[in-house]
Amino acid sequence: MHYRRPGLDRLSHALLAVCCLLFLLPVWLAFTASTHTLGALYSQTAPLWFGEAGWDNYRHLLSGSIGGLGTDVLTLLINSTIMALGIAIGKIAISVLAAYAIVFFDFPFRRLCFWLIFITLMLPVEVRILPTFEVVADLGLLDSYAGLILPLIASATATFLLRQFYLTIPPELVEAARIDGAGPWRFLRDILLPLSKTNLAALFVIMFLYGWNQYLWPLLITNDADYLTIVVSLKRLLTSADGLVPWQNVTATAVLAMLPPIAVILLMQRYFVKGLVDSEK
Amino acid sequence: MSAPFQRHRITPWILMAPQLGIVLVFFFWPALQAIEQAFYVEDAFGLSREFAGLVNFKAVLSDPTYYQAAGTTLIFSLAVAVGAMSIALLLAVMADRVIRGARVYRTLLVWPYAVAPAVAGVLWLFLFDPTLGLISGLLGNMGIEWDHKLNGAQALALVIMASIWKQMSYNFVFFLAALQSVPNSLLEAAAIDRAGPWRRFWTITFPLLSPTAFFLLVMNSVYAFFETFGTIDTVTSGGPGGATTTLVYKVYQDGFVGQDMGASAAQSVLLMALVGGLTWFQFRYVEKKVQY
Repeated sequence: MHYRRPGLDRLSHALLAVCCLLFLLPVWLAFTASTHTLGALYSQTAPLWFGEAGWDNYRHLLSGSIGGLGTDVLTLLINSTIMALGIAIGKIAISVLAAYAIVFFDFPFRRLCFWLIFITLMLPVEVRILPTFEVVADLGLLDSYAGLILPLIASATATFLLRQFYLTIPPELVEAARIDGAGPWRFLRDILLPLSKTNLAALFVIMFLYGWNQYLWPLLITNDADYLTIVVSLKRLLTSADGLVPWQNVTATAVLAMLPPIAVILLMQRYFVKGLVDSEK
Repeated sequence: MSAPFQRHRITPWILMAPQLGIVLVFFFWPALQAIEQAFYVEDAFGLSREFAGLVNFKAVLSDPTYYQAAGTTLIFSLAVAVGAMSIALLLAVMADRVIRGARVYRTLLVWPYAVAPAVAGVLWLFLFDPTLGLISGLLGNMGIEWDHKLNGAQALALVIMASIWKQMSYNFVFFLAALQSVPNSLLEAAAIDRAGPWRRFWTITFPLLSPTAFFLLVMNSVYAFFETFGTIDTVTSGGPGGATTTLVYKVYQDGFVGQDMGASAAQSVLLMALVGGLTWFQFRYVEKKVQY
């Protein structure tokens, strides 16, 4: 039976390999450029291989205060980490509790609460930036980690996913736990949370990437360089120069901004794919 | 299922409190303020304001740059959705064919999803830098002058390419998962009936993929609408001459750069209505036409 076609398979392999390389190209070029001096960069088109200034470039960025930023890139990395972890952990924490209440409890206005939360799925922060900015300013949260994190927790993606999962828990399990005398808190801690371990890991990856890659919100509410995140800093680096764009700094910062999220996605790929594909249902 | 914990009155409220509090303060309060602000006109110093009815909406809707931004948004979203989905589908079909190595290819293609839109913008900006970019240099040798700072079409193309590069991996993960769940027995039966790979794809695989494709169409539009803000801001800042200003970018530009609160709020409200309407429409009408 001519079901499999070796020729087509070989063609597929070849095309896939070429595409993988093409997708890598922009990152490769940024990485090689970050190891050259400014003068070496501007003497030719973008170099395909490494230069000798890599160590100096990265050490300079991580330790010294950078012109146009007013801070060093290490501070930016720390800020981004705090923001991403805060958003991931905060979102998961409030979602676990809210989804638990919605699925396992009977209380007045349950449906109303459900809708109040799920309507937030429709409007991302980009649509309501100005008023959200004013609210955060009124609360005195500009230039603070709380201001960076809290408004971005206000969405229902995680609650929605966890609710879907909780609904698949057989009622017999809850019955059995209750007969054994477990109260709601005990059931949550000893049974529900261990059961949702993979779901929580998947959510963590997705929310960490979401938090790390935020742009508009941190751009708006941070004036103080001490709270700047690394993703937002790139534009300042690009525009700060009077003449030539300092590409060796820009590409090195871009590489540093990519490394943590790429490491997370590759290390936790299994959970990530599961989390993404589950969110479809 | 009926809720198992019936007799607890306070516990559910303790559980709900954090999420409800954050949603009320950081979602409903600002959303209502946006709606309110859209109906007021502020003076130049922000000291006083008066009720103006629909004046802000009329001003926005009679502004030609608003329609330019709407047109840009449409072209941009379509190009990103079609580009990112077709490349992803092609690669996923090939990765699904080769069986051995599908997971390796997934690893090699999934990582751009982790790259921030703003960082993706910077990477592509470097490729197309007029003085030292690799691709702009190649284009220059072919006689094509590349300068996205002056040429609006090139600026839009650059932002579209960077967005497709990042979004492709998301679509790839979904298409690959969907392809791997297509029952082999169906494909084998078709092969026995002498249907070639091309025919098998269009008559069996493709219809089975349509729910995934529909879902991805929605997600890609949302992505192109909102999440590409970082790419646009770092690469072009909406320019040149508004050629890359999308509706979301314009809300930011008019509100924060131009300090025109009424106009920005009116645009926010229009966007909310548009997105809400689209979501409703997609789930009410389009989803029914998709084969399951």
